[in-house]
Amino acid sequence: MVDAVPLFRMEGMSKRYGGVQALDKADLIVRSGKVHAILGENGAGKSTLIKIMSGVVAPDEGRMLLDGQEVSFASPAAANVAGIVCIFQELSLIPDLSVADNIVISNPPTWLGMIDRKAQHAIAMEALQRAGGADIHPMELVKNLPLSRRQIVEIAKALARKPRVLILDEATSALTAADVETVFGVLKRLRSEGIALLYISHRMHEIAELADDCTVFRNGRRIATYPAGSKTGDEVVELMIGREYSSVFPPKLDTVHRSATPVLEARDLHWMQRLNGISLTARAGEVVGLGGLDGQGQRELLLALFGVLRGVSGAVLVDGVQRVINGPRTAKAPDIGMALIPEDRKTEGLMLPMSVRDNLSFAAMSQISRGGIIDRRAESAAIDRMIKLLAIKMASPAAAVGSLSGGNQQKVVIAKWLMVGPRIILLNDPTRGIDVGTKQEIYALLRKLAAEGAAIILYSTDYDELIGCCDRVLVLYDGAIKRELVGPDITEHALIASALNIDHKEAVA
Amino acid sequence: MNGLRYSLAEQRGMFLALAIFIIMFAFYVANHPAGFTPNVVQTAANKGVLLALVAMAQTFVVLTAGIDLSVGMIFILANCLASYLLVGTPPMVALGVGGVLLTGLACGALNGLLVIYGRLQPIVITIATGAVFFGIALWIRPYPGSADDFSSDLADALTGKVLGVFPASLLFLILLVLVIWIPFRRSVIGRAVYAVGSSEPAAYMSGVPVMRAKFTAYVLSGLLAAMGGLYMTFFTYSGEASLANGNTYTLSSIAAVVLGGVSLFGGRGSAIGAIFGALAFRAIGDLLFVFDFDPLWQPLFQGVVLLLAVSLGAARLFQVRNRLDLFT
Repeated sequence: MVDAVPLFRMEGMSKRYGGVQALDKADLIVRSGKVHAILGENGAGKSTLIKIMSGVVAPDEGRMLLDGQEVSFASPAAANVAGIVCIFQELSLIPDLSVADNIVISNPPTWLGMIDRKAQHAIAMEALQRAGGADIHPMELVKNLPLSRRQIVEIAKALARKPRVLILDEATSALTAADVETVFGVLKRLRSEGIALLYISHRMHEIAELADDCTVFRNGRRIATYPAGSKTGDEVVELMIGREYSSVFPPKLDTVHRSATPVLEARDLHWMQRLNGISLTARAGEVVGLGGLDGQGQRELLLALFGVLRGVSGAVLVDGVQRVINGPRTAKAPDIGMALIPEDRKTEGLMLPMSVRDNLSFAAMSQISRGGIIDRRAESAAIDRMIKLLAIKMASPAAAVGSLSGGNQQKVVIAKWLMVGPRIILLNDPTRGIDVGTKQEIYALLRKLAAEGAAIILYSTDYDELIGCCDRVLVLYDGAIKRELVGPDITEHALIASALNIDHKEAVA
Repeated sequence: MNGLRYSLAEQRGMFLALAIFIIMFAFYVANHPAGFTPNVVQTAANKGVLLALVAMAQTFVVLTAGIDLSVGMIFILANCLASYLLVGTPPMVALGVGGVLLTGLACGALNGLLVIYGRLQPIVITIATGAVFFGIALWIRPYPGSADDFSSDLADALTGKVLGVFPASLLFLILLVLVIWIPFRRSVIGRAVYAVGSSEPAAYMSGVPVMRAKFTAYVLSGLLAAMGGLYMTFFTYSGEASLANGNTYTLSSIAAVVLGGVSLFGGRGSAIGAIFGALAFRAIGDLLFVFDFDPLWQPLFQGVVLLLAVSLGAARLFQVRNRLDLFT
């Protein structure tokens, strides 16, 4: 039994970001009184889809219908007015305002043009009550709340806007089990009140408990829609993968020095509930991958190893000796020899307006200077070597790094750290947003460095990359290592299944 | 009551500035040869109010996480303009006051439009517009002076004493807080200003009118700075396009704002705090005179006290867990 006009409908929706087709003629039907789960890998187009629905980005083509009437939203505010409210992961709360201020932010109650604080307080109390946050004081500043409470405030804020379509984007990712229970109670009640809920989550058991319908996205397209509970975990994963496997990877020669002391060892690392007891080893000649969904602590782990985080407990051993690494300067010193290729090359990797030469030299100053004076000749020689090794294409070493293509910029970041002569190389998603040709060169370089005896830890959001490059993959979930995959066991299926923390055969969604 | 605790926490910066002011002022009065008399208070108030007005102006912009380096120049421009316009009969003087304030509004509006549509950093834009405003001031008043028929009645009334004891300038300041600041703080647009300063992306995502909030902040800033310039004219009966004065007021306003607990990162603090910050900053400077120190010591002493006060505010950095956050 299907009602004639669905509450919300999207047709032929496309969106490109530069060279990336984020959404490709996607369609979706959302009905009131249902929880509709959206599934897909990282980069499948889910977040673009909800950004379009909630007025954050404008589509290139396609149309949206609300109650059968065509609509378009110029801003999040316009989408809110139409009744489409999105709960973003943690983006939309204002840290310096109070909980109550935040809850009524888009439409505060006023009296003679001024905000009626009493009414605001009452609205906030009621919304908090409904969202299961009765213990939160409405006058507390949002920045003083822990993450799980902030997420409850987000939900309360959404409820105060009286939504017709409520989008939850990983809205439970920071919640404790007890909070999730409360929130699910709230969501089920909203469903019975006739609100349409769009639920995006990587947690399969949550989808199994909550969803009525499921839609799988892949490469920006809608692949399948089916009633919840009608497919096994295996089938869902297959729908999510389902793409051809391109072989751009160099052969994995076994270069691991198994008998020697591990170059790097971490024991029971903890940090602010984002790292929950991580232990790992990396040997000379080994490429260790970090897998799992985005934001499960991979970035924090690399930062912790590199000494950027304060208050990390646990031990880090280099060559079997415990070391205190309290910052990048210590980490890159020759006796440790660690390098981190950062996630965001534009802010943490490069000084864009400065020349290729200057950028390359920054990390290796101590290698190419004597008594505080830069040895110009040694610098030129080292730079020429790197430019050749990585085949960096540019007009001249004096050209600004910002004028290079993304792939060549990334090569500069890598070259900059190779100049230090590192023995331990940490890479944070080094191929994000660069072309296939450059990717291929980077993969070959990684294997080459490993063969020369470096220990490499590679975090990547691209499963193909982990499969193609790594000798071993550690899959992280919620700040802990959930599974270790070695050699032939590193398959896309195993990666996704363990990333989602599900069993293979169980009917989940 | 629990709610009270949160209200107090919100006002912490203001109380700190108030405490510094009271201590400094108590020292000042206790060691002043004339003691705590209406005349001493009136002089102190008149000097303090000028900076307080400019600091209020600065507050609006700083709350949006911007900075306005043209407030001192709007102040000078208003001062020079007022030295021509405050002439003749009371209705004509009123018209002149209106003209000066409208000029301030226009200056602020120009800053706001350039920041919003020029998409340049506020610091760059306001350096440029500040130079332009000063240039205009210099053009209309190349030499210090005033119009021949300058009318001093209004000036005397607003800088004298009410009922023989209470300084009128202080009452005027309180009136401004009641008429401009409190409604602003309680209004929807005021909250939008705080939201934009605290997190612009989050404000946008929440459907807050980001551009209107910024524009309002700059316009109000221009208005308050012009009021400061007007008051300057009330004291001196003349206008002077002094580059040194303009720069001093701009930089002192930033010092006062910081001292008053307004965060330069935006989104936190109040104009009331900034007013106490300004009064405290002035009291610190005056302290040296009553102790018969050489006035040459004043900048050094003011600087040291300011450093100590802002160091208190930086204590939060010890809680940062991710060293990368130290740079953001």
